[in-house]
Amino acid sequence: MRKAITLTVNGRERGVEVEARTTLLDLVREQFGLTGAKLGCDIQVCGACTLLVDGKPVSACSMLAVDADGCAVETIEGLGSKDKLHPLQEAFMEFGALQCGYCTSGFILTAKALLAENPQPSDAQIRDYLAGNFCRCGCYQEIMQAVKNVVGES
Amino acid sequence: MELADIGKTFRRLDYLTKVTGRAQYLADMNVPGMLHGKILRSPYPHARILRIDASKAEKVPGVMAVLTRDDILHDEGIEPFYGPVFKDQTIVATEKVRHVGDPVAAVAALTIDAAEAALKLIEVDYQELPAVLNIDQAIKPGAMLVHESVKLPTSGFADLAEIKPIDGTNLCTHFRLNRGDIDKGFAEADRIFEDTFTLPATQHCFLETHACIASVEPGGRITVWATTQNPFVVRTQLANIFKVPVAKVRVIVPYLGGGYGGKVYPKVEPITVALSQKAGRPVRLVLSREEVFYTITKHAAVIRMKTGVKNDGTLVARECEIHLDTGAYAEIGPRVAKKSGYTAAGPYKIPNLKIDSYSVYTNKPPAGAFRGFGVSQSAWAVESQMDIIAAALNIDPVELRKQNGYNEGDKFVTEETLRAIGLKECIDQVAKSIGWETRDEDREQNRSSIRRGKGLACMIKATITPSISCAVVKLNEDASLSIYSGTVEMGQGSETVLAQIAGKELGIPMPTIQVLGVDTDVVPYDLTTSSSRSTFHMGKAVQLAAQHIKRQLKEIVASEYGVPEDKIDFADGKIRLPESQLDYSEVMFKRFGMQGGTLVGEGQVKTSTKDEFGEKSTSAFWFLAAGAAEVEVDLDTGKFKLLKYASAVDVGKALNPLGCQQQLAGAAITGMGQAMFEEIAYDNGQLINPNLVDYVLPALGDMPAVIDSIAVEFPDRNGPFGAKGIGESALIPVAPAIANAIYDAVGVRIKDLPIKAEKIFVALADLDRQ
Ligand code: FES
Ligand code: FES
Repeated sequence: MRKAITLTVNGRERGVEVEARTTLLDLVREQFGLTGAKLGCDIQVCGACTLLVDGKPVSACSMLAVDADGCAVETIEGLGSKDKLHPLQEAFMEFGALQCGYCTSGFILTAKALLAENPQPSDAQIRDYLAGNFCRCGCYQEIMQAVKNVVGES
Repeated sequence: MELADIGKTFRRLDYLTKVTGRAQYLADMNVPGMLHGKILRSPYPHARILRIDASKAEKVPGVMAVLTRDDILHDEGIEPFYGPVFKDQTIVATEKVRHVGDPVAAVAALTIDAAEAALKLIEVDYQELPAVLNIDQAIKPGAMLVHESVKLPTSGFADLAEIKPIDGTNLCTHFRLNRGDIDKGFAEADRIFEDTFTLPATQHCFLETHACIASVEPGGRITVWATTQNPFVVRTQLANIFKVPVAKVRVIVPYLGGGYGGKVYPKVEPITVALSQKAGRPVRLVLSREEVFYTITKHAAVIRMKTGVKNDGTLVARECEIHLDTGAYAEIGPRVAKKSGYTAAGPYKIPNLKIDSYSVYTNKPPAGAFRGFGVSQSAWAVESQMDIIAAALNIDPVELRKQNGYNEGDKFVTEETLRAIGLKECIDQVAKSIGWETRDEDREQNRSSIRRGKGLACMIKATITPSISCAVVKLNEDASLSIYSGTVEMGQGSETVLAQIAGKELGIPMPTIQVLGVDTDVVPYDLTTSSSRSTFHMGKAVQLAAQHIKRQLKEIVASEYGVPEDKIDFADGKIRLPESQLDYSEVMFKRFGMQGGTLVGEGQVKTSTKDEFGEKSTSAFWFLAAGAAEVEVDLDTGKFKLLKYASAVDVGKALNPLGCQQQLAGAAITGMGQAMFEEIAYDNGQLINPNLVDYVLPALGDMPAVIDSIAVEFPDRNGPFGAKGIGESALIPVAPAIANAIYDAVGVRIKDLPIKAEKIFVALADLDRQ
């Protein structure tokens, strides 16, 4: 069964027809060609597929596209502008908060949501908020440093 | 523009594309006309296939090909058997399935849905067979055989040439190492220690699952995009399977979403190519998380270790038997067994040794390379037992290690001379970092049921030898540089380090250097991106290639400007003559007469079983490392917390310090997972946790407050600017360091990984009863 939905993706309105069982991740990756979000676990535990829906981080592997009807979706591709990256992107590079990069989009978007909710989080609050994202390369220390640095600067 | 340099942190070249979400990994790629592949897998650990009927599946709308054993057994153009060491694998199962998840058939269809629908319609009749599900069952006399016979390749790896399966048993290989006189050694010992240590199978869990796009053109030209750490090995294997020259096989490797050893040797490439060949169209296959667990694991092991020691702590003899569960296919298990055997003496001088290391076939998913490659298994036993010995003899564990540990110029168990050995410096550094000296005072922080303890461990590891890395660099007309290397960027930062090395050699700015992607049609041969070998081998090859460019520039200047070669120098990217200086681009212009042309530099590194002094060499360089942990254990519950962890790794020379720190911390964190949580659980041959909920990975909340990563520098004479490989070192000491810290805290010795609260709780209860 196909259903027509409308949503904004990185600020642009999009109308699209989807199967009822299409996930938001598949919609964004396959129909919109925004492949920054990755499929890691497919069961809502690893955070690699994280997208922001109305500003909140969601596991796009486990959210139906039809449920995003009328929502604002933000992906890693929507961060920063051509000549200026988002401060989190800058900090991740500066502190070495990624190796293979497969988890990076998920971590940066989750951290962005955190900072929107709580611009001055404590270390423990950062750790809690990012607890649902895995980095198998083991960049946790550097990720903490990067996020803390952005907090410090804002 | 900032000049390339070494010993200095540069922003990694792969970062911008990764933080903006633009980096293309395999599952992000599409090829026009591409079909989607899916695999039908065995539900049984061991069964004979009586009948396969794909006729209904073939009729599903959208299905373009169904691949079964009939396609590979009766096609003149396909050699059905392959494998890196023994040819015991087939593209799909032929007579038997040998583990749950063994591929039985595959479908290529226009949509994933059609492919999945077709899988359900493939009819397979199985006759279940008794299965051997662990090492004990497999090595019992008269055990059911996983393989009735194993085909050997016509030519294989030089370092594994004498290793063969033992007919009529499930022993895949047996590696032996004998040194001195073992009976005499034990006779000289004052004390003998005998312990058995075990480790479970684990999984790499790279966030990017294995995937492949294959396209077979009419005429047999094969192109694959692969998630592989060793494109040239995949190329060779595909050429052998599909009976074409290697030049007809093109392997392209995008950035990998992690490898950690789980992406070496063919994985999904043969089946994807076979599907594409049958369907006559490109096919993409992306494994699910569950399927990754069926594809490759890390060896479970049982290690029996008997060690003879003098009262003063001198190690005099060791007998060690290692059994590694290699699963249903040998994969690279024979080499893992060999490396475990070589390091069963640890980084210690033990004159009398009898070591037997076996890889054992069982009806479980195949085990292969995993960061630490056999040494994380042996070191678990070696380093745990060192502390058992230290406690019994009342010797400080640091002192016991230093007393027996290798020094510069000592002989390894293979009787070769060890050089550039920063072992003791590593031990001292981690001891200092966690406050080893004050560990008794720190115990005063014990409160109610909480006890603190500290422990450490160290290790020695070899890199794959002999091996080959070739590199090409091109100096372009504007003096920018293109680097052609077969090293796969899988997160380790190789692109950046290679650019630093070549750029430093030529004195050019980092932003003028481009490292090309890996494509076997374009880049010269490299054996593998594994074994912590790339900085050392490919780094050196790139350095030699840059030097080749300098020689050419020198010759051009000498002939075009009439300056004698000994008056020509290089500095800061310029050519210095007695009276003047020249830019590279000016020299290029002079040579070619216009803005254009290319200078090509070549570098080759080939290590052999003999070093430059003609002495035996089983490793082109040695990795040394130590790790130390501080823990807190709750006497009432057995729960423990890692408070602090320190790694010290002899890196030779830290070329990119932040990159080193990432490798050390990342490896240590992987080690923490292996030490504390990770374990593939089986029930009658069925995996019961092949997903990331039930298979627990370390997360941010599990991290100790401090992870200290220390780079110790004992330059290697052959490494680029003295550098050694560092990818695996910091992982290996983690588990024994934590186990030793727990013993130090509460006096219980855990001998089987992972270390869980329940095990400590039970051991504490036993201790109470005594
Ligand atoms: S892929 Fe969605 S949470 Fe892992
Ligand atoms: S950088 Fe590889 S998983 Fe995080």
